[in-house]
Amino acid sequence: MAGDAPDRQINIKGLVCPYTFVKAKLAMEAMEIGQVLEILLDYEEASRSIPKSMEDHGQKVLKVEKVNDTDWVLLVRKDKD
Amino acid sequence: MDFTDDQLMRYSRHILLPEVGGKGQARIAQAKVFIVGAGGLGCPVGYYLAAAGVGTIALIDNDTVEMSNLQRQIAHSMQTIGMPKVESAKKTFEALNPDVNVVAIQKRISKDNILDLIRDYDIVVDGSDNFPTRYLVNDACFMARKPLVSGAILRFEGQVTTIVPGEGPCYRCLFEEPPPPGLVPSCQEAGVLGVLPGVIGGLQATEVLKLVLGKGEVLKGELLIYNALKTSFRKVKVPKNPFCALCGESPTITELTDYEQGYCSM
Ligand SMILES: [Zn+2]
Repeated sequence: MAGDAPDRQINIKGLVCPYTFVKAKLAMEAMEIGQVLEILLDYEEASRSIPKSMEDHGQKVLKVEKVNDTDWVLLVRKDKD
Repeated sequence: MDFTDDQLMRYSRHILLPEVGGKGQARIAQAKVFIVGAGGLGCPVGYYLAAAGVGTIALIDNDTVEMSNLQRQIAHSMQTIGMPKVESAKKTFEALNPDVNVVAIQKRISKDNILDLIRDYDIVVDGSDNFPTRYLVNDACFMARKPLVSGAILRFEGQVTTIVPGEGPCYRCLFEEPPPPGLVPSCQEAGVLGVLPGVIGGLQATEVLKLVLGKGEVLKGELLIYNALKTSFRKVKVPKNPFCALCGESPTITELTDYEQGYCSM
């Protein structure tokens, strides 16, 4: 995903649902359309539920990647206010 | 608005809603709502608005808590019998949510104090159960241009409507004059199912939150009638009355009046 360097990064390791998505959503709200948010998390369920919820809210999920034994990195582009 | 961790947890189920989010929750935190009456309707309205995180909630009521209130006035308890209702409710709401500033006003609302009292508030909720107060609150909200969420309950039936000044009818367009006192049941005969104000107050609190958020549609120009025995909701369209004495083309009411008391107050 060249050209999609994140505009903002959040680390929500240690958080569980629903706070994982609450934090991600609040970060997203504070960004401009077209900007990309990078989310670092270690709660497995959230690696599936956050991308789904982001899509439901009209955002574009660019990447979901397991980066090591415990962590995932998501890239989400803000398409909708 | 930066939320504390506690606030983030408390309001998470709001923040998750696309229609609310962090921005909507911040609007709720800044909202100032004035509730007339700390009885059957005022209790659930204030309780849910406190839970929702409404920043400032004012309550006005002159009465003290009695045993016969506890069947429906859910902010009061055995521990607060004899206490002013507004103080009792303030204790309950603040125990639920310390974010909320509850302003307790132990007074009778009148033509001489109402405009000063509501001046700093965004939205007024009428939870009174007597016609004189309902007309007074309607007239004052029209003059001060404040949105008013009006509710009423009797026996098994309740009504809700939202009056937005300058848009649609006012309470006097719906009910031109108070009924003669003989037609309104006296206190001894006026029963009410205890859960009914919970339904109607819940609807009123919902209207308030939608006004604060600017989302959805409120009951503007519509009267919602709930019948608890039949479990039926009926919406009646109510047009603006061009001859309304308050908001019509040639109004005759240009100042506030206190109607004769002596109606049953529930
Ligand atoms: Zn009118």
